[in-house]
Amino acid sequence: MNDPVVILAFAVLAIVMLVSAAAVVLLRNIVHCALFLALSFLSVAGIYILLNAEFLAAVQILIYAGAVMILLLFAIMLTQRAGAIAENPPNNQVGMAAVVAVALFGLLALVLSGTSWLTGAPAATQPNTEALGRALFEYYVLPFEIASVLLLVAMIGAIVIARED
Amino acid sequence: MLLTQYGYIAIFLIIAIAFGILPLVIALAIRPKKPNPVKLSTYECGLETVGPSWIQFHVGFYLYALVFVIFDVETVFLYPWAVAYGKLGLFALIEMFIFVILLVVGLVYAWRKRALEWK
Repeated sequence: MNDPVVILAFAVLAIVMLVSAAAVVLLRNIVHCALFLALSFLSVAGIYILLNAEFLAAVQILIYAGAVMILLLFAIMLTQRAGAIAENPPNNQVGMAAVVAVALFGLLALVLSGTSWLTGAPAATQPNTEALGRALFEYYVLPFEIASVLLLVAMIGAIVIARED
Repeated sequence: MLLTQYGYIAIFLIIAIAFGILPLVIALAIRPKKPNPVKLSTYECGLETVGPSWIQFHVGFYLYALVFVIFDVETVFLYPWAVAYGKLGLFALIEMFIFVILLVVGLVYAWRKRALEWK
């Protein structure tokens, strides 16, 4: 973990994540905000890989950068009124919001730095996807199959609701 | 080691980004700059778009997004199954068949309800 390459990779990923997260809040075109949100999700996936959480990174890309982004972009495109490019309008409460945000940050920093954290199990040192697969398909068979029933219900429900036109 | 393998993906990513940006930078540096109205038009050959392109899309498209999301979530389950497949045996294969068949039922339903048709 103290490999300089790993530290450099973490720094790059963290900067990309924070800058794109700031862009989500600050940009005026809401479609651009959504795309920067996707970039932020991808950076988080990179950080998961640095932590050897390979499966979590794959889920992050598939679910967040894939499914959630698709739903977000579709929701934006379906609701956007013609010509309304600036859908993330400025407001007159920036000063008040800044005070609240700084106060919250200070409070959290105070609490977090004053807490003696319990250290849990050490981070995985090798990829755990295979172990996860074995656990899922040997011990958690019923939840796995129920998940497919849940997905089926979600799909049929979506079709029934969306087809009422 | 896992991270060295992902290092190749990082290198690939850097080269891919550079491949897109470098030609633009080189072109910006060496091209002559003599703009005129014809050069600055959007299409040298073709019609200008009429009206704004940021329009509201039809609600029907949301159905495609939802069906995509379902199969996206299915992929999350397929991935650990594929990785651990060599050590799982026949039972896991049957499990996955049941899982996929249940989702195919949903796909057939979507098909029969003409939810996949382009209107």
